[in-house]
Amino acid sequence: MSDYALELLSISCTFHSKDDPGQRYTAVADTTLRVRAGEFVSVVGPTGCGKSTLLNVGAGLLEPSSGTVKVFGQTLAGVNARAGYMFQTEALMPWRSAIDNVMVGLQYRGVPDADARGQAEAWLSRVGLSGFGDRYPHQLSGGMRKRVALAQTLVLDPDIILMDEPFSALDIQTRQLMENEVLELWSAPSEGRRAAPRQELTPSGGGRTVPGGSHGRKAVLFITHDLDEAIAMSDRVVVLSAGPATHPIGEFAIDLARPRDVAEVRTQPRFVELHTQIWEVLRDEVLKGYAQQLRKAA
Amino acid sequence: MMPRLNERNARFWQLVLLAIILVGWHLASRNQQVAFFLGEPIQVAGRIWSWFLPFEVPPNLLFPEGLKGNADIYRHLGTTLLETVLAFGIGTVLGLACGLWLALAPTASLILDPYIKAANSMPRVILAPIFALWFGLGIWSKVALAVTLVFFIVFFNVYQGVREVSPVVLANAKMLGANQRQLLRTVYLPSATSWVFSSLHTSVGLAFVGAVVGEYLGSARGVGYLILQAEGTFDVNTVFAGIVVLTGFALLLDGLVGLIEKRLMKWQPRSGETEKL
Repeated sequence: MSDYALELLSISCTFHSKDDPGQRYTAVADTTLRVRAGEFVSVVGPTGCGKSTLLNVGAGLLEPSSGTVKVFGQTLAGVNARAGYMFQTEALMPWRSAIDNVMVGLQYRGVPDADARGQAEAWLSRVGLSGFGDRYPHQLSGGMRKRVALAQTLVLDPDIILMDEPFSALDIQTRQLMENEVLELWSAPSEGRRAAPRQELTPSGGGRTVPGGSHGRKAVLFITHDLDEAIAMSDRVVVLSAGPATHPIGEFAIDLARPRDVAEVRTQPRFVELHTQIWEVLRDEVLKGYAQQLRKAA
Repeated sequence: MMPRLNERNARFWQLVLLAIILVGWHLASRNQQVAFFLGEPIQVAGRIWSWFLPFEVPPNLLFPEGLKGNADIYRHLGTTLLETVLAFGIGTVLGLACGLWLALAPTASLILDPYIKAANSMPRVILAPIFALWFGLGIWSKVALAVTLVFFIVFFNVYQGVREVSPVVLANAKMLGANQRQLLRTVYLPSATSWVFSSLHTSVGLAFVGAVVGEYLGSARGVGYLILQAEGTFDVNTVFAGIVVLTGFALLLDGLVGLIEKRLMKWQPRSGETEKL
C-alpha cells in the first residue's frame, strides 16, 4: 500500500493551438509532486504558470502529454473518482437549488433520494447554511456559494480534495473565515458523519477500506497564488517556477503548530521567517512571469 | 393634467392608442371606396360576434340587417389550433432531440452541417405543395409544414445551448461522478432548456404561420380556409375578422408559453432582482 494519496510523476503538458499545429506551448515540464494521505499541500507560483493545469491532471480531467498519475498507488485512468474538486469559478448548477446541488453527487452514485437529502441537509448546516437549502445559486452571496460548493464536494467524502484558488474571488474577511472553516473541517475526524457506508460512496475504490491518513484526514492539494494563505493552511508548500515549462523549484515544510487560525498565525515569528524564506525563492519567479506577460502583450 | 407614464398606467395609454386606431379606421371607412379595401371595424366586430356567439341580434342602428348568431367558427378554429399545437409539440421534441444529438456527436454534426444549413436557408413555405401531395389535404400536411418551421428554430437554439454549457459546471459534474447519461439529464438538458424557452415564443408564432399558410394553400376547414373563402368573394370584413381572431389566439398561446417559462425558469435571475440573503 502506497503512503501517497496522490502522485504526479514526471508530468509534462504540451498544448498546441488548433489553428496552427506548429505552435506549441509547454505549460508543465517534468513535474513530480506527491501528496501523502492526510497531508495538506499548497502549490504557489506566479500567475499563469500552469498551476491549474497540474490540478486538472491530478483530477483526471486533463491527460498529460507524458508522465503518470497514481492515486493510492494505482495508475489513474479517466476521472479521479476518489478526489473532490473545488473550482476557482462558479461551478454550481444554476438550475438547482443549494440542497439539490449538494445532493447531486450522491444521486449520481445511486444513493436513494431521501437518504441523499438527509446527508445534504446535514452538510449544509455544517457549512452554516441550514435553512438556505431552497435558494438558487443566484440568490446566494459569493461566500455562500463557495460554502455550498464545499458541501457539494465534501458530502461525497473524497479521500483527496483538490482546490484551485477556491477563495480568490472572495473579500478578505470572508476569505479568512472560509479558510478557517476548511481547516476545521479538514482536521475533524471523518467518522460519525457518514450516513451511508463508504463502499457506496467510492465505487471506483472497489469497496476496499483504504486508510484516509494517519488522522482520518483527507489529502489536500491546494493551489493558490497567495503565499500567506499557503503558509497559514498547509503542511508543505511547493513553489513552482514561472511558465512556460513550469516545474517545482522549492519545497518547504511548514512546522507551525495546529490547530491554526489563519489570521492569528500570521503574527508568529516562525510564520514570518518561513514567509521570508519562501518569498526569496518566489520573488524572482513572479518577476520573471510578469516580464513574460508583458512580452506576450507587446 | 396628463398623468405620468409608468408601468401601471401604460395599459391605459395602450388602450387609448387602440381606440384612436379603431376610430380612425371607422372614420376612414365611411368612404365606400376605402371601405371596400380596408373593411369596416363595426362590420368586422359583427362578424366575430356571429362566429363566436350563438345569440342573434335584432336589426339596430349599427347593424341594420341584424346579426346572426351562428357560432360556427369553432370547427375551423379547433382545426387550426390542433394543427398549431401538434406542429409545436412535434417540432419542439424533434428539434430538442436532434439538437442534443448533433451537439454531442461531433462527427455527425460535421457531416450533416452543410445539409442543415441548406435546409434552414430554404424558403420552407415552398414545401407546402409537396406536403399536400404526400399527406393529402387533411391536417397532416399543415402540421408537416409548421413542423419544418418550428423544428429549425428549436434545433439551432438547443444546439447552441448545449455548446455553451459552462465548462466548469460540466467538469464539476464529472468530478462528482456523473456518467454520460447523468450528464445529459442534469447538465446538458437543463442548460439547453433556457435556450429552448427563448426560442419557444418565436416558434409558437411560426407554428401558427405554418398551419394557416397550409390551410390557405388548400384545405376544407380551418381559419385559413375561412379567410381564403372570404377573399374569393371580396368579403374584406371577414378577412379582417379572421386576422383579428388569429392574432388574438397567437397572443394567447404566447402568453401560455410565457406562463410555463415563468414556472420552469424560476432559477434564473431576473434583471433588477436584488440578492436575497
